[in-house]
Amino acid sequence: MKENLYKYILGIADNSLILGQRMGELCGHGPSLETDIACTNISLDLFGQVRSYFQYAAKIAGDKRTEDDIAMLRKEREYKNVLLVEQPNTNFAYTIGRQFLFDVYHLAFLTELQKSNDFTLSAIAKKCIKEVSYHVRFSTDWVKRLGDGTSESNEKMQEAINDLWTYTDELFHQTEADKAMVSESIGVDVIKLKEAYYKRVNDLLEEATLEIPESKWFQKGGKEGVHTEHLGYLLSDLQYMQRAYPNMEW
Amino acid sequence: MRQMSEEQIKNLENQFEARIARDEKIEPKDWMPEKYRKTHIRQMSQHAHSEIVGMLPEGNWISRAPTLRRKVALLAKVQDEAGHGLYLYSATETLGISREEMYEQLHTGKAKYSSIFNYPTITWADMGAIGWLVDGAAIINQVPLCNTSYGPYARAMVRVCKEESFHQRQGYEIMIKLANGTPEQKDLAQDALNRWWWPSLMMLGPKDAESIHTEQSMKWKLKRKSNDDLRQQFIDQTVPQAKLIGLTIPDSDLKWNEERGSYDFGEINWDEFWQVVKGHGPCNKERMKARVGAWEEGKWVRDAAMEHAEKKQIRKQKQAI
Repeated sequence: MKENLYKYILGIADNSLILGQRMGELCGHGPSLETDIACTNISLDLFGQVRSYFQYAAKIAGDKRTEDDIAMLRKEREYKNVLLVEQPNTNFAYTIGRQFLFDVYHLAFLTELQKSNDFTLSAIAKKCIKEVSYHVRFSTDWVKRLGDGTSESNEKMQEAINDLWTYTDELFHQTEADKAMVSESIGVDVIKLKEAYYKRVNDLLEEATLEIPESKWFQKGGKEGVHTEHLGYLLSDLQYMQRAYPNMEW
Repeated sequence: MRQMSEEQIKNLENQFEARIARDEKIEPKDWMPEKYRKTHIRQMSQHAHSEIVGMLPEGNWISRAPTLRRKVALLAKVQDEAGHGLYLYSATETLGISREEMYEQLHTGKAKYSSIFNYPTITWADMGAIGWLVDGAAIINQVPLCNTSYGPYARAMVRVCKEESFHQRQGYEIMIKLANGTPEQKDLAQDALNRWWWPSLMMLGPKDAESIHTEQSMKWKLKRKSNDDLRQQFIDQTVPQAKLIGLTIPDSDLKWNEERGSYDFGEINWDEFWQVVKGHGPCNKERMKARVGAWEEGKWVRDAAMEHAEKKQIRKQKQAI
């Protein structure tokens, strides 16, 4: 089994998995029917991506593991998503802020992943990039609406950005598997995406009449499986059926 | 506008009824009797409300769906329901009521929604039972509406019915999988059928003798068959489907009647029906709390969007000068 490639795919896919789960929680509870539909749509896109990645990972694993085993039967420390995507839907500003800060990264990441030496990853990236371009548009538009809306919405959006900012730096960290994949021209060198990311995010925040957080203190750990307390609860839901009714077909 | 004489109104009404009898569609700008407008607002908004309240019981299981494939299918289904709500609200708006007014009616309890959504979804099998039975009963109610007299409603229903029939197959497929699964899974399926069967029969409405709107609705093609006929159709269609997958309909009086070519069935508990309709079902309060909560918590978001749009407009105008 190609150990590093397997780990690398999980690292990418877990972001979509956990963010998709978060967005799915909102279904039926959005501030308007239109935003409800849009959030569900994003969740659907993300789970679609997850399936492509995990089906590929299952093939690489080459044992009995299925996409669902990989998605739902790992232990909490084995999920390698960034901390950003597991943050809860505190309010709509947090949902949008989380989405925005991830989307800008995600689009840049997929743009590079298209060039991967790995044919399957490149093909998945090409498919995903269309969806993620829409996600960026959605979340960016909403950051602008909320930032440059009422004073209340501005405050809420600013608070969300300030709180979530601490999780942005981790997007540009590399695990050992990441480094190995970069050296084989399979993986994306995320360090190279960092400067353009902050420039883009800062420009958009300015346009949204929001302040760019000054804090230089960042949180990390997700990529190594050390998560915030929020993830455990999310996994309890995600894994419930597979744990309560093991080894069954659905 | 000059007041019309009674005779003139009568004349218009006759022409209107004649158009419907000829199977012509009534369009938003056409003249229509006030009662027609009101009845349609009531039924269409109730239908739209049912779609969005109906998102809640199934939405419960999105985060817990057993596989990725099921999760994606469930998300897509609930999203379809939001879409149905959206175009049913839009179709209703053509009759001169705003979506906000309709929400207001829902939130204050003035407008109703389908009572079935006041039952809890307590296991995964409920996702199968809802698709199979609830969507199944809904389709029986709704297919005739594709030919209803009000154009925007009829057109919306064509699309709604296509998607609903897909949902029903999806639900039945969940049940097949459970029924053919482990004993524990089969129990889940049987338990869900036991709990959803009677409420699904109630979805087809009160008995004909107690249904107040039927006659007028028939004339306007808002209804083509009576509640009792629809219920019989649902039962006759569903019983063989249950047998096929080895599940038992929870009705000891259920028996094939050779003479009628239909199933005889047991007495429906109408006290339960009216209890839920009147707001005292297992989840009426929770459902309304969730809807009202989402609406109120979303106010600052909607306000911001309006304010932002205005600011943008002003900037654009300034630029033009």
